Amino acid sequence: MLNVGQIEEGFVLDHIKAGKSLSIYEHLQLDKLDCTVAIIKNARSGKMGKKDILKVECDINQLDLDVLAFIDHNITVNVIKDCEIVEKKVLVLPKTIKNVIRCKNPRCITSIEQELPHIFVLADEQKEVYRCKYCEEKNTERF
Amino acid sequence: MRHLMSPLDFTTEELEKLFCLANDIENNKEKYAHACDGKILATCFYEPSTRTRLSFESAMIRLGGQVIGFSDAGSSSAAKGESVSDTIRVISGYADICAMRHPKEGAPMVAMEKSLIPVINAGDGGHQHPTQTLTDLLTIRSLKGSLSGFTIGLCGDLKFGRTVHSLIDALVRYDNINFIFISPDELKIPDYIIEMLKNKNIPYKEVSSLDEVMPQLDLLYMTRVQKERFFNEEDYIRLKNYYILDTEKMQLAKPDMLVLHPLPRVNEISVEVDNDPRAAYFKQAEYGVYVRMALILTLLELA
Repeated sequence: MLNVGQIEEGFVLDHIKAGKSLSIYEHLQLDKLDCTVAIIKNARSGKMGKKDILKVECDINQLDLDVLAFIDHNITVNVIKDCEIVEKKVLVLPKTIKNVIRCKNPRCITSIEQELPHIFVLADEQKEVYRCKYCEEKNTERF
Repeated sequence: MRHLMSPLDFTTEELEKLFCLANDIENNKEKYAHACDGKILATCFYEPSTRTRLSFESAMIRLGGQVIGFSDAGSSSAAKGESVSDTIRVISGYADICAMRHPKEGAPMVAMEKSLIPVINAGDGGHQHPTQTLTDLLTIRSLKGSLSGFTIGLCGDLKFGRTVHSLIDALVRYDNINFIFISPDELKIPDYIIEMLKNKNIPYKEVSSLDEVMPQLDLLYMTRVQKERFFNEEDYIRLKNYYILDTEKMQLAKPDMLVLHPLPRVNEISVEVDNDPRAAYFKQAEYGVYVRMALILTLLELA
Protein backbone atom coordinates (compact mmCIF):
# COMPACT_ATOMS: atom_id res chain seq x y z
CA MET A 1 0.00 0.00 0.00
CA LEU A 2 1.34 3.38 -1.05
CA ASN A 3 1.75 5.77 1.83
CA VAL A 4 1.38 9.49 1.36
CA GLY A 5 2.21 11.61 4.39
CA GLN A 6 -0.35 13.62 6.32
CA ILE A 7 -0.83 17.29 5.63
CA GLU A 8 -0.80 19.81 8.41
CA GLU A 9 -3.13 22.39 6.97
CA GLY A 10 -5.06 22.24 3.74
CA PHE A 11 -7.72 20.00 2.22
CA VAL A 12 -8.19 16.52 0.94
CA LEU A 13 -10.52 15.89 -2.00
CA ASP A 14 -11.76 12.36 -1.60
CA HIS A 15 -14.04 10.14 -3.71
CA ILE A 16 -12.91 11.59 -7.01
CA LYS A 17 -13.90 9.30 -9.88
CA ALA A 18 -10.88 7.19 -10.82
CA GLY A 19 -8.83 8.93 -13.51
CA LYS A 20 -10.36 12.39 -13.01
CA SER A 21 -7.83 13.85 -10.56
CA LEU A 22 -5.63 15.44 -13.23
CA SER A 23 -8.58 17.15 -14.85
CA ILE A 24 -9.59 18.55 -11.44
CA TYR A 25 -5.98 19.61 -10.79
CA GLU A 26 -6.12 21.63 -14.01
CA HIS A 27 -9.57 23.17 -13.48
CA LEU A 28 -8.75 24.22 -9.92
CA GLN A 29 -5.55 25.72 -11.34
CA LEU A 30 -3.51 24.01 -8.64
CA ASP A 31 -0.44 24.30 -10.87
CA LYS A 32 -0.49 28.03 -10.13
CA LEU A 33 -0.29 27.54 -6.35
CA ASP A 34 3.11 27.28 -4.70
CA CYS A 35 2.23 24.42 -2.35
CA THR A 36 2.52 20.69 -1.88
CA VAL A 37 0.04 18.64 -3.91
CA ALA A 38 -0.31 14.87 -3.84
CA ILE A 39 -2.29 13.19 -6.60
CA ILE A 40 -3.30 9.65 -5.80
CA LYS A 41 -4.74 7.70 -8.70
CA ASN A 42 -6.74 4.49 -8.60
CA ALA A 43 -6.74 4.12 -4.82
CA ARG A 44 -8.82 1.21 -3.50
CA SER A 45 -12.31 2.24 -2.35
CA GLY A 46 -14.98 0.19 -0.63
CA LYS A 47 -17.71 2.45 -2.03
CA MET A 48 -16.38 3.13 -5.51
CA GLY A 49 -14.03 0.24 -6.24
CA LYS A 50 -11.35 2.64 -7.42
CA LYS A 51 -11.03 6.35 -6.73
CA ASP A 52 -8.65 9.26 -6.99
CA ILE A 53 -7.61 11.53 -4.10
CA LEU A 54 -6.03 14.98 -4.12
CA LYS A 55 -4.18 16.31 -1.09
CA VAL A 56 -3.33 19.99 -1.16
CA GLU A 57 -1.42 21.88 1.50
CA CYS A 58 -2.89 25.39 1.28
CA ASP A 59 -5.61 27.64 2.65
CA ILE A 60 -9.15 26.31 1.87
CA ASN A 61 -10.17 29.79 0.73
CA GLN A 62 -7.89 29.37 -2.24
CA LEU A 63 -10.11 26.58 -3.53
CA ASP A 64 -12.95 27.40 -5.94
CA LEU A 65 -15.69 25.18 -4.54
CA ASP A 66 -18.14 26.23 -7.27
CA VAL A 67 -15.90 24.89 -10.00
CA LEU A 68 -15.35 21.72 -8.02
CA ALA A 69 -19.10 21.25 -7.43
CA PHE A 70 -19.76 21.74 -11.15
CA ILE A 71 -17.18 19.11 -12.06
CA ASP A 72 -18.49 16.57 -9.55
CA HIS A 73 -20.58 17.47 -6.52
CA ASN A 74 -20.14 13.96 -5.09
CA ILE A 75 -16.50 14.69 -4.20
CA THR A 76 -15.87 14.85 -0.43
CA VAL A 77 -13.97 17.94 0.68
CA ASN A 78 -12.16 17.43 4.00
CA VAL A 79 -10.66 20.54 5.57
CA ILE A 80 -7.51 19.77 7.55
CA LYS A 81 -6.01 21.74 10.43
CA ASP A 82 -3.21 20.44 12.65
CA CYS A 83 -3.33 17.14 10.79
CA GLU A 84 -7.01 16.62 11.76
CA ILE A 85 -10.19 16.78 9.69
CA VAL A 86 -11.98 19.81 11.13
CA GLU A 87 -14.74 20.12 8.55
CA LYS A 88 -16.40 18.23 5.74
CA LYS A 89 -17.74 20.60 3.11
CA VAL A 90 -20.91 19.67 1.24
CA LEU A 91 -20.75 20.63 -2.41
CA VAL A 92 -23.87 22.06 -4.02
CA LEU A 93 -24.31 22.72 -7.71
CA PRO A 94 -23.55 26.40 -8.31
CA LYS A 95 -26.38 28.52 -9.74
CA THR A 96 -24.01 30.04 -12.31
CA ILE A 97 -20.51 29.30 -13.51
CA LYS A 98 -18.30 31.77 -15.31
CA ASN A 99 -15.54 30.96 -17.79
CA VAL A 100 -15.28 27.31 -16.76
CA ILE A 101 -16.86 25.89 -19.90
CA ARG A 102 -17.37 27.55 -23.25
CA CYS A 103 -20.59 27.80 -25.26
CA LYS A 104 -20.21 25.60 -28.32
CA ASN A 105 -23.17 27.04 -30.22
CA PRO A 106 -21.67 28.77 -33.29
CA ARG A 107 -24.78 30.96 -33.50
CA CYS A 108 -24.27 32.30 -29.95
CA ILE A 109 -23.14 35.90 -29.41
CA THR A 110 -20.30 34.56 -27.21
CA SER A 111 -18.67 33.31 -30.43
CA ILE A 112 -18.02 36.85 -31.69
CA GLU A 113 -18.42 39.44 -28.92
CA GLN A 114 -15.10 40.72 -27.61
CA GLU A 115 -14.21 39.67 -24.05
CA LEU A 116 -17.73 38.44 -23.26
CA PRO A 117 -17.55 35.91 -20.39
CA HIS A 118 -18.98 32.44 -20.97
CA ILE A 119 -21.64 32.19 -18.28
CA PHE A 120 -23.77 29.10 -17.73
CA VAL A 121 -26.89 29.00 -15.57
CA LEU A 122 -28.23 25.94 -13.72
CA ALA A 123 -31.49 25.20 -15.56
CA ASP A 124 -32.44 21.82 -14.07
CA GLU A 125 -30.94 20.85 -10.73
CA GLN A 126 -32.17 17.24 -10.82
CA LYS A 127 -30.77 16.51 -14.26
CA GLU A 128 -27.75 18.78 -13.63
CA VAL A 129 -28.42 20.76 -16.80
CA TYR A 130 -26.59 24.02 -17.40
CA ARG A 131 -27.57 26.38 -20.19
CA CYS A 132 -25.69 29.28 -21.75
CA LYS A 133 -26.97 32.54 -20.25
CA TYR A 134 -27.17 34.14 -23.70
CA CYS A 135 -28.40 31.53 -26.19
CA GLU A 136 -29.79 28.96 -23.68
CA GLU A 137 -27.97 26.13 -25.45
CA LYS A 138 -27.51 23.11 -23.17
CA ASN A 139 -23.98 22.35 -22.03
CA THR A 140 -22.84 18.92 -23.19
CA GLU A 141 -19.23 19.19 -22.00
CA ARG A 142 -18.37 16.56 -19.42
CA PHE A 143 -15.28 16.36 -17.25
CA MET B 1 -35.70 49.97 -16.03
CA ARG B 2 -37.30 47.04 -17.86
CA HIS B 3 -36.39 45.30 -21.09
CA LEU B 4 -38.04 42.56 -23.15
CA MET B 5 -35.84 39.59 -23.96
CA SER B 6 -38.29 36.67 -23.83
CA PRO B 7 -42.10 36.44 -23.95
CA LEU B 8 -41.97 35.00 -20.43
CA ASP B 9 -40.36 38.16 -19.00
CA PHE B 10 -43.86 39.47 -18.30
CA THR B 11 -46.25 37.72 -15.91
CA THR B 12 -49.72 36.87 -17.21
CA GLU B 13 -51.08 39.80 -15.15
CA GLU B 14 -48.57 42.17 -16.76
CA LEU B 15 -49.46 40.80 -20.18
CA GLU B 16 -53.15 41.37 -19.44
CA LYS B 17 -52.41 45.04 -18.74
CA LEU B 18 -50.33 45.26 -21.92
CA PHE B 19 -53.11 43.72 -24.05
CA CYS B 20 -55.78 46.00 -22.52
CA LEU B 21 -53.55 48.95 -23.41
CA ALA B 22 -53.06 47.60 -26.96
CA ASN B 23 -56.85 47.25 -27.41
CA ASP B 24 -57.37 50.77 -26.08
CA ILE B 25 -54.80 52.04 -28.59
CA GLU B 26 -56.61 50.16 -31.38
CA ASN B 27 -59.91 51.80 -30.48
CA ASN B 28 -58.62 55.28 -29.58
CA LYS B 29 -55.72 56.00 -31.90
CA GLU B 30 -56.02 59.79 -31.51
CA LYS B 31 -55.59 59.55 -27.75
CA TYR B 32 -52.11 58.11 -28.19
CA ALA B 33 -50.97 60.11 -31.23
CA HIS B 34 -48.66 62.30 -29.12
CA ALA B 35 -47.88 59.91 -26.26
CA CYS B 36 -44.22 59.64 -27.33
CA ASP B 37 -43.63 63.22 -28.50
CA GLY B 38 -39.92 63.98 -28.25
CA LYS B 39 -38.93 60.33 -27.80
CA ILE B 40 -36.65 58.42 -30.15
CA LEU B 41 -36.67 54.72 -30.98
CA ALA B 42 -33.43 53.22 -32.31
CA THR B 43 -33.99 50.21 -34.58
CA CYS B 44 -30.68 48.33 -34.61
CA PHE B 45 -31.20 45.59 -37.18
CA TYR B 46 -28.05 43.59 -37.85
CA GLU B 47 -29.93 41.48 -40.39
CA PRO B 48 -32.71 42.45 -42.76
CA SER B 49 -36.31 42.13 -41.61
CA THR B 50 -38.83 44.30 -43.35
CA ARG B 51 -41.90 43.36 -41.38
CA THR B 52 -40.58 43.53 -37.83
CA ARG B 53 -38.56 46.70 -38.41
CA LEU B 54 -41.40 48.51 -40.15
CA SER B 55 -43.90 47.50 -37.47
CA PHE B 56 -41.61 48.93 -34.77
CA GLU B 57 -41.10 52.11 -36.77
CA SER B 58 -44.82 52.41 -37.49
CA ALA B 59 -45.57 51.88 -33.78
CA MET B 60 -43.22 54.69 -32.69
CA ILE B 61 -44.35 57.09 -35.39
CA ARG B 62 -48.03 56.45 -34.53
CA LEU B 63 -47.15 57.38 -30.94
CA GLY B 64 -45.72 60.70 -32.10
CA GLY B 65 -42.09 59.65 -31.57
CA GLN B 66 -39.24 59.49 -34.05
CA VAL B 67 -37.04 56.70 -35.33
CA ILE B 68 -33.34 56.32 -36.10
CA GLY B 69 -31.44 53.15 -36.94
CA PHE B 70 -29.87 50.81 -39.44
CA SER B 71 -31.33 47.87 -41.28
CA ASP B 72 -28.36 45.60 -41.89
CA ALA B 73 -24.98 45.03 -40.30
CA GLY B 74 -23.16 46.24 -43.43
CA SER B 75 -24.43 49.79 -42.97
CA SER B 76 -23.59 49.89 -39.24
CA SER B 77 -20.38 50.14 -37.24
CA ALA B 78 -20.55 46.35 -36.80
CA ALA B 79 -18.99 46.15 -40.26
CA LYS B 80 -15.97 47.97 -38.77
CA GLY B 81 -15.84 45.42 -35.98
CA GLU B 82 -17.64 47.28 -33.18
CA SER B 83 -19.03 45.06 -30.44
CA VAL B 84 -22.71 45.00 -29.48
CA SER B 85 -21.72 46.29 -26.00
CA ASP B 86 -20.04 49.38 -27.45
CA THR B 87 -22.81 50.02 -29.97
CA ILE B 88 -25.54 50.04 -27.32
CA ARG B 89 -23.55 52.37 -25.07
CA VAL B 90 -23.38 54.84 -27.93
CA ILE B 91 -27.04 54.33 -28.91
CA SER B 92 -28.03 54.92 -25.26
CA GLY B 93 -26.94 58.51 -25.76
CA TYR B 94 -28.85 58.90 -29.03
CA ALA B 95 -32.23 57.31 -28.30
CA ASP B 96 -34.74 56.61 -25.50
CA ILE B 97 -35.50 52.98 -26.39
CA CYS B 98 -33.94 50.40 -28.69
CA ALA B 99 -35.31 47.46 -30.70
CA MET B 100 -32.53 45.09 -31.70
CA ARG B 101 -32.44 42.22 -34.18
CA HIS B 102 -29.24 40.23 -34.47
CA PRO B 103 -28.34 36.96 -36.20
CA LYS B 104 -26.38 35.84 -33.11
CA GLU B 105 -28.41 34.32 -30.30
CA GLY B 106 -28.26 36.29 -27.05
CA ALA B 107 -26.98 39.53 -28.66
CA PRO B 108 -29.90 41.64 -27.34
CA MET B 109 -29.15 40.32 -23.84
CA VAL B 110 -25.56 41.51 -24.14
CA ALA B 111 -26.95 44.89 -25.19
CA MET B 112 -29.38 44.89 -22.26
CA GLU B 113 -26.55 44.35 -19.77
CA LYS B 114 -24.73 47.49 -20.93
CA SER B 115 -27.67 49.65 -21.94
CA LEU B 116 -28.91 52.80 -20.24
CA ILE B 117 -32.21 52.61 -22.16
CA PRO B 118 -34.82 49.82 -22.47
CA VAL B 119 -33.90 47.17 -25.04
CA ILE B 120 -36.44 45.07 -26.92
CA ASN B 121 -35.34 41.79 -28.47
CA ALA B 122 -36.66 42.01 -32.03
CA GLY B 123 -35.38 38.52 -32.88
CA ASP B 124 -32.04 36.85 -32.16
CA GLY B 125 -31.27 34.06 -34.61
CA GLY B 126 -33.32 30.95 -33.94
CA HIS B 127 -33.59 31.79 -30.24
CA GLN B 128 -36.37 34.24 -29.32
CA HIS B 129 -38.75 36.61 -31.06
CA PRO B 130 -40.87 37.85 -28.15
CA THR B 131 -42.80 40.60 -29.95
CA GLN B 132 -44.11 38.00 -32.43
CA THR B 133 -45.41 35.95 -29.50
CA LEU B 134 -47.02 39.03 -27.94
CA THR B 135 -48.63 39.72 -31.33
CA ASP B 136 -49.98 36.16 -31.50
CA LEU B 137 -51.36 36.33 -27.96
CA LEU B 138 -52.99 39.73 -28.53
CA THR B 139 -54.59 38.44 -31.75
CA ILE B 140 -56.02 35.36 -30.05
CA ARG B 141 -57.22 37.35 -27.03
CA SER B 142 -58.82 40.06 -29.19
CA LEU B 143 -60.50 37.81 -31.76
CA LYS B 144 -61.38 34.85 -29.52
CA GLY B 145 -62.10 36.92 -26.43
CA SER B 146 -59.87 34.85 -24.16
CA LEU B 147 -56.49 33.20 -23.84
CA SER B 148 -57.89 30.03 -22.32
CA GLY B 149 -60.23 27.17 -23.19
CA PHE B 150 -59.50 26.32 -26.83
CA THR B 151 -57.92 23.74 -29.12
CA ILE B 152 -55.05 25.09 -31.17
CA GLY B 153 -53.51 23.28 -34.13
CA LEU B 154 -49.93 24.19 -34.97
CA CYS B 155 -49.07 23.15 -38.48
CA GLY B 156 -45.95 22.94 -40.64
CA ASP B 157 -42.37 23.32 -39.46
CA LEU B 158 -42.65 22.59 -35.76
CA LYS B 159 -39.02 21.59 -35.44
CA PHE B 160 -37.20 24.77 -36.42
CA GLY B 161 -40.02 27.31 -36.05
CA ARG B 162 -39.08 29.51 -33.09
CA THR B 163 -42.42 31.35 -33.24
CA VAL B 164 -44.19 28.06 -32.55
CA HIS B 165 -41.91 27.16 -29.62
CA SER B 166 -42.31 30.59 -28.02
CA LEU B 167 -46.07 30.56 -28.53
CA ILE B 168 -46.38 27.17 -26.80
CA ASP B 169 -44.22 28.40 -23.89
CA ALA B 170 -46.49 31.41 -23.53
CA LEU B 171 -49.80 29.50 -23.90
CA VAL B 172 -49.05 26.84 -21.28
CA ARG B 173 -49.43 29.56 -18.65
CA TYR B 174 -53.17 29.73 -19.45
CA ASP B 175 -55.93 27.22 -18.61
CA ASN B 176 -57.60 24.51 -20.66
CA ILE B 177 -55.59 24.68 -23.83
CA ASN B 178 -55.40 21.60 -25.99
CA PHE B 179 -52.51 21.39 -28.46
CA ILE B 180 -52.57 19.48 -31.74
CA PHE B 181 -49.24 19.33 -33.56
CA ILE B 182 -49.55 18.74 -37.29
CA SER B 183 -46.28 18.08 -39.09
CA PRO B 184 -44.37 15.59 -41.22
CA ASP B 185 -42.08 13.27 -39.26
CA GLU B 186 -38.98 15.26 -40.23
CA LEU B 187 -40.36 18.50 -38.78
CA LYS B 188 -41.91 17.24 -35.56
CA ILE B 189 -42.04 19.31 -32.39
CA PRO B 190 -38.82 18.88 -30.31
CA ASP B 191 -38.82 16.31 -27.51
CA TYR B 192 -38.15 18.86 -24.78
CA ILE B 193 -41.46 20.59 -25.53
CA ILE B 194 -43.37 17.28 -25.43
CA GLU B 195 -41.63 16.51 -22.13
CA MET B 196 -42.64 19.90 -20.72
CA LEU B 197 -46.31 19.33 -21.75
CA LYS B 198 -46.28 15.87 -20.17
CA ASN B 199 -44.83 17.25 -16.93
CA LYS B 200 -47.54 19.88 -16.77
CA ASN B 201 -50.32 17.40 -17.73
CA ILE B 202 -51.32 19.50 -20.71
CA PRO B 203 -53.27 17.59 -23.37
CA TYR B 204 -51.60 17.31 -26.77
CA LYS B 205 -51.68 15.13 -29.85
CA GLU B 206 -49.21 14.69 -32.72
CA VAL B 207 -50.63 13.94 -36.17
CA SER B 208 -49.48 14.19 -39.76
CA SER B 209 -52.85 14.78 -41.43
CA LEU B 210 -54.32 18.27 -41.33
CA ASP B 211 -57.70 17.18 -42.76
CA GLU B 212 -58.25 14.69 -39.96
CA VAL B 213 -58.05 17.26 -37.15
CA MET B 214 -59.47 20.30 -38.94
CA PRO B 215 -63.03 19.93 -37.45
CA GLN B 216 -61.65 19.96 -33.87
CA LEU B 217 -59.70 23.20 -34.10
CA ASP B 218 -60.64 26.58 -32.67
CA LEU B 219 -57.39 28.06 -33.97
CA LEU B 220 -55.02 26.98 -36.72
CA TYR B 221 -51.50 28.42 -36.57
CA MET B 222 -49.80 27.85 -39.92
CA THR B 223 -46.05 28.20 -40.38
CA ARG B 224 -43.71 28.44 -43.31
CA VAL B 225 -41.12 25.77 -44.00
CA GLN B 226 -38.00 27.96 -44.02
CA LYS B 227 -35.46 27.26 -46.72
CA GLU B 228 -32.58 28.65 -44.63
CA ARG B 229 -33.09 25.92 -41.98
CA PHE B 230 -32.25 23.12 -44.43
CA PHE B 231 -28.82 21.90 -45.47
CA ASN B 232 -30.31 19.82 -48.23
CA GLU B 233 -32.30 21.47 -51.06
CA GLU B 234 -34.10 18.21 -51.87
CA ASP B 235 -35.52 17.89 -48.35
CA TYR B 236 -36.71 21.48 -48.49
CA ILE B 237 -38.48 21.02 -51.83
CA ARG B 238 -40.11 17.78 -50.64
CA LEU B 239 -41.38 19.25 -47.37
CA LYS B 240 -42.38 22.77 -48.40
CA ASN B 241 -45.53 21.58 -50.14
CA TYR B 242 -46.52 19.09 -47.45
CA TYR B 243 -49.39 21.20 -46.12
CA ILE B 244 -51.24 23.70 -48.19
CA LEU B 245 -54.32 25.25 -46.65
CA ASP B 246 -56.98 25.78 -49.31
CA THR B 247 -60.73 26.41 -49.44
CA GLU B 248 -61.43 22.68 -49.54
CA LYS B 249 -59.70 22.17 -46.19
CA MET B 250 -61.36 25.27 -44.78
CA GLN B 251 -64.75 23.63 -45.44
CA LEU B 252 -63.87 21.01 -42.83
CA ALA B 253 -63.24 23.67 -40.17
CA LYS B 254 -65.58 25.14 -37.56
CA PRO B 255 -67.40 28.29 -38.71
CA ASP B 256 -65.57 30.36 -36.11
CA MET B 257 -62.12 28.80 -36.40
CA LEU B 258 -59.34 31.35 -36.98
CA VAL B 259 -56.29 30.93 -39.18
CA LEU B 260 -53.11 32.64 -37.94
CA HIS B 261 -49.71 32.85 -39.59
CA PRO B 262 -46.64 34.87 -38.49
CA LEU B 263 -46.04 35.79 -42.19
CA PRO B 264 -44.44 35.96 -44.67
CA ARG B 265 -46.21 33.05 -46.32
CA VAL B 266 -44.84 31.33 -49.37
CA ASN B 267 -47.47 28.91 -50.60
CA GLU B 268 -48.70 27.18 -47.45
CA ILE B 269 -51.95 29.17 -47.50
CA SER B 270 -53.69 29.53 -50.86
CA VAL B 271 -54.45 33.11 -51.78
CA GLU B 272 -58.14 32.11 -52.17
CA VAL B 273 -58.30 31.56 -48.37
CA ASP B 274 -57.58 35.28 -47.84
CA ASN B 275 -61.22 36.07 -48.62
CA ASP B 276 -62.50 33.69 -45.93
CA PRO B 277 -63.59 35.69 -42.85
CA ARG B 278 -61.73 33.17 -40.70
CA ALA B 279 -58.38 34.17 -42.25
CA ALA B 280 -56.94 36.39 -39.51
CA TYR B 281 -53.29 36.67 -40.51
CA PHE B 282 -53.40 40.16 -41.97
CA LYS B 283 -55.32 41.40 -38.94
CA GLN B 284 -52.63 39.65 -36.85
CA ALA B 285 -49.94 41.75 -38.58
CA GLU B 286 -51.93 44.88 -37.68
CA TYR B 287 -52.10 43.75 -34.04
CA GLY B 288 -48.31 43.55 -34.21
CA VAL B 289 -48.21 47.34 -34.40
CA TYR B 290 -50.68 47.86 -31.51
CA VAL B 291 -48.82 45.47 -29.24
CA ARG B 292 -45.49 47.15 -30.03
CA MET B 293 -47.08 50.56 -29.33
CA ALA B 294 -48.27 49.25 -25.96
CA LEU B 295 -44.85 47.76 -25.28
CA ILE B 296 -42.98 50.98 -26.08
CA LEU B 297 -45.31 52.94 -23.78
CA THR B 298 -44.92 50.37 -21.01
CA LEU B 299 -41.13 50.18 -21.19
CA LEU B 300 -40.83 53.97 -21.35
CA GLU B 301 -43.15 54.11 -18.31
CA LEU B 302 -45.58 56.35 -20.20
CA ALA B 303 -48.57 54.00 -19.94
